[in-house]
Amino acid sequence: MDSCNCIELQWPPDDLLMKYQYISDFFIALAYFSIPLELIYFVKKSAVFPYRWVLVQFGASIVLCGATHLINLWTSTMHSRTVAMVMTTAKVFTAVVSCITALLLVHIIPDLLSVKTRELFLKNKAAELDREMGLIRTQEETGRHVRMLTHEIRSTLDRHTILKTTLVELGRTLALEECALWMPTRTGLELQLSYTLRQQNPVGYTVPIHLPVINQVFSSSHAVKISPNCAVASIHPSGKYTPGEVVAVRVPLLHLSNFQINDWPELSTKRYALMVLMLPLDSARQWRVHELELVEVVADQVAVALSHAAILEESMRARDLLMEQNVALDLARREAETAIRARNDFLAVMNHEMRTPMHAIIALSSLLQETELTPEQRLMVETILKSSNLLSTLINDVLDLSRLEDGSLQLDLETFNLYAVFKEVLNLIKPIASVKKLHVSLNLAPDLPEYAVGDEKRLMQTILNVVGNAVKFSKDGSISITAFVAKAELLRDSQTSEFFPVPGDNHFYLRVQVKDSGIGVSPQDIPKLFTKFAQTQSTAIRNSSGSGLGLAICKRFVNLMEGHIWIESEGLGKGCTATFMVKLGIPERLNEPELAFMPKVPPNHGPTAFPGLKVLVTDENGVSRKVTKGLLVHLGCDVTMVSSSEECLRVVSNEHKVVFMDACAPGMDGYEIAVRMHEKFTKRHERPIIVALTGNTDKVTKENCMRVGMDGVILKPVSLDKMRSVLSDLLEHRVLFEAI
Amino acid sequence: MDLVQLQRQLVEYRTSLYHEGFLDEQFTQLQELQDENNPDFVVEVVSLFFEDSERLLNELTKALEQQSIDFKRVDAHVHQLKGSSSSIGAQRVQKVCIAFRNYCEEQNVEGCLKCLQQVRHEYSLVKTKLESMFQLEQQILSAGGSIPM
Repeated sequence: MDSCNCIELQWPPDDLLMKYQYISDFFIALAYFSIPLELIYFVKKSAVFPYRWVLVQFGASIVLCGATHLINLWTSTMHSRTVAMVMTTAKVFTAVVSCITALLLVHIIPDLLSVKTRELFLKNKAAELDREMGLIRTQEETGRHVRMLTHEIRSTLDRHTILKTTLVELGRTLALEECALWMPTRTGLELQLSYTLRQQNPVGYTVPIHLPVINQVFSSSHAVKISPNCAVASIHPSGKYTPGEVVAVRVPLLHLSNFQINDWPELSTKRYALMVLMLPLDSARQWRVHELELVEVVADQVAVALSHAAILEESMRARDLLMEQNVALDLARREAETAIRARNDFLAVMNHEMRTPMHAIIALSSLLQETELTPEQRLMVETILKSSNLLSTLINDVLDLSRLEDGSLQLDLETFNLYAVFKEVLNLIKPIASVKKLHVSLNLAPDLPEYAVGDEKRLMQTILNVVGNAVKFSKDGSISITAFVAKAELLRDSQTSEFFPVPGDNHFYLRVQVKDSGIGVSPQDIPKLFTKFAQTQSTAIRNSSGSGLGLAICKRFVNLMEGHIWIESEGLGKGCTATFMVKLGIPERLNEPELAFMPKVPPNHGPTAFPGLKVLVTDENGVSRKVTKGLLVHLGCDVTMVSSSEECLRVVSNEHKVVFMDACAPGMDGYEIAVRMHEKFTKRHERPIIVALTGNTDKVTKENCMRVGMDGVILKPVSLDKMRSVLSDLLEHRVLFEAI
Repeated sequence: MDLVQLQRQLVEYRTSLYHEGFLDEQFTQLQELQDENNPDFVVEVVSLFFEDSERLLNELTKALEQQSIDFKRVDAHVHQLKGSSSSIGAQRVQKVCIAFRNYCEEQNVEGCLKCLQQVRHEYSLVKTKLESMFQLEQQILSAGGSIPM
């Protein structure tokens, strides 16, 4: 028993120590067995743990360690060799596994540690992202604020609301301490504090506009940080609130915006207002880029909104002005109407009142004229009569004209004898004309209808007026009146270029031309002729007076009859031609007038174009005579030939429709014949058409012919066709003056 | 001679008269006036012209031989002659007459005498021409043909 070196312990020595050892070992083994169990349990729970193998080894080593300690329980006492063997094996195994575990742990512990660092890193990153998100959110919110602000600003067209809203919203969005708007004054030299955020009624601070800080802001389109101590930023009188960071931005005032600047001249440089924004000092905030951008955007929007508001104001003002003007015009019109009515009433009354005594004066003076009077008395009565006639005419003229101007004059349309009108005019004018030794000739075209529908009195008045003027303004010479139906071809007159009368089925246009050889009218006076009361320079030469209304009245009458009147004259001393065209109706029962404006009958090319037309030919020259006769015979006329003027006058009768004569033969006075023929045949119907055949191509001949009342002038030699066309023209119009 | 040849000859002759200025369109007009009612119109007119002209030329000669020339009268005659010649289309005669009248106005005796000579000359020329033309026409008519226009 002494071979064993182990200390044989007997229960009685050191029992307590032994007991404690036994217990500790037991508990160690227990712990050692339960730790792997726990590990296994938790590993099983977590699916991700990557180092199972390591854990297994760890567990194994611990188990084995526990086993060793357990076996230690038996080795403290006497134990057999088997136990020793088991103990040794256990210890060996434990050693191996522990060493392996130790080795493996060397590998995995850095990994484990790095996992930790990565985790820390990710946490940091997450925190940073959170911060960034916060920033972005803020920005987005700011953007929303801008949109909302813009919307607010633009939803109103009232200037004050716009600005107030701007300031309020900006203040809210950016959490400003104070926000102020400085506007340029009328003079443009100062900026005046117009709007603030916190203060209710900004006192009228002004700063000069040319401060360097202001220039700096105005010259840049960005928001500029300025010093909190500069003039524009120190807006609180008390100085209590020192502002934090201050930013200023320019607000362009588009030129239509005329805040308090009404008469600003056109500037090429823009005007700006200044917006100043202050951050609260205690927040230690800084102006950030996105905030500055927000401010700039808002400033631009404000500018646009302001200009819109200004435009609206302008248009409202204009509309108000127009309405005022309308009202004023209406009033004026009503007053004018009242005045016209009053005048008409006055005229109507005066007309009657004035005419009655005039009538009495004229009637009684003419009666007085019939009685026995001394030459003195007769002279006096004649003067009275003449003056009262003039006065009566004046009254009539004025009354007519005023009624004409109102448009209250109506034409009295009725059927009347057109020829009679002309004859009447001629009769009225003849006495005066013969006193002045004027020759008056009347030519009515054969196609002129005898009866027409129109206002006879006014037509006669017009003709009489025109003819009367011709007589009045001619000292000697002749006056020729021609009347015919206006045809489409003849209407291409230079004078009537604006006037294209169209003959129709139940109306025709009468064209009357009065030509005189009197003092004429100078071309620049011609437009004035038809204006009321306007008289030309030549009034000094006139020996009779007039009111100057005559032509104005004629023009009105002619216009009422849907016509046109004009005067041509080559100048002073060259006479003048008055022409007018009026529209007259055709009385239904007569069909003849319709022939008047059928197109010109194409000339018969047969041998007998003018069957049986009785013609008288006067020519001294036998050959010419024979040739002319041959021409006319060829055309079917019944030709009588005479060779001298006396014979012509003797032979001519009202059967002859046309008389041809040589006007320029030295031995024969064709003019004299014409004059004598006019005397012989007073009635238009009976007098034959007088045509001069002449070889002379000068104007004098033509004028002379026209003057003596010839109806036509033809240039020799005459061809067959020409003779044919001439005859047809003559028979249609009774007038033909070939252009020479 | 053959009828056709005669007619052609007439046409040529007439054309030549126009070309040489002896006649102008007025003569054509005269010819147009000739129809079945007036078959000899042209001949009649021309004969009348000849008579008239000869008379006038004699008068003119007499008037211009006077000591104191009555230019008015001369002018009157020339005027007549001018009228007649223009009526039948004797162009050259007419032209000389126009010149003659100018000289009368100027009362230029030399000019007048010279013109008288010229007028006589032209007149005899045109008379001969016209007479031969009428002869041709007569030949054609007697040959049974018609006068071409």
